[in-house]
Amino acid sequence: MTRILYFASLRERLGCSDETLETAPATVADLRAELARRGGVWQEVFADGQRVLAAVNQEMAGADQALQDGDEVGFFPPVTGG
Amino acid sequence: MVTKLGSFLRSPVAETIRGEIMNVEIRVQDTPLDALAEIAPVYAGQASIGGVVSFIGLMRDMNQGDAVSTMRLEHYPGMTEKALAAIVDEAAGRWDLAGVRVVHRVGEIRPQDPIVLVCVASAHRGEAFRACEFIIDYLKTRAPFWKREQTAEGKTRWVDSRGSDEAAAAAWEETK
Repeated sequence: MTRILYFASLRERLGCSDETLETAPATVADLRAELARRGGVWQEVFADGQRVLAAVNQEMAGADQALQDGDEVGFFPPVTGG
Repeated sequence: MVTKLGSFLRSPVAETIRGEIMNVEIRVQDTPLDALAEIAPVYAGQASIGGVVSFIGLMRDMNQGDAVSTMRLEHYPGMTEKALAAIVDEAAGRWDLAGVRVVHRVGEIRPQDPIVLVCVASAHRGEAFRACEFIIDYLKTRAPFWKREQTAEGKTRWVDSRGSDEAAAAAWEETK
């Protein structure tokens, strides 16, 4: 099981703030590929080269980071605070 | 939410007080930020402090050539506070700091409203100046906040990240 949260412009484009996947992808890259396979806007957002950042359990994570069952994954655009 | 950093600072090093901050407060709030009122508690009662440096980030009424009327700030509850604590922790590893306060707004704001306060107290001004700039530079590229602005014409748009912010944060990497 993987808990996924979407933020800011990503949430608006996808029309989704959070969901729970029953599958457990091996890495962040695998999860992105799985989401991209939904097609449409999901394919556009998660296509290679798009600037979508990921956090695993609330820590910034690279594409090759391994996922464990029960992890929380956040996807968001580059940050603009301050 | 209030995070007290002392409990998870890295292991203390006997020969230096670097890494130990006496007084740390980190908050994300959806209520107005009274930036000036946040400063005195950072140094009050600590007579070893010789300098306090504060950065107050304000909402501007212009962006990318358009008049902006309101802004909404969003964050990632939980992660944002952790990211801010990690940034303060890293500053404490570089400089001797006696007090740090970081307060960031979320929710709806208007031009002139404070967005963020970074306040750093230290025995001497040099450490306070550098640490304050470091913390805001890292905050702008590492802490998950996002701005959505409404122009005076009524259009809403997400604010784009800026390459100059990335460059400012990257410059600190080289001084590690």
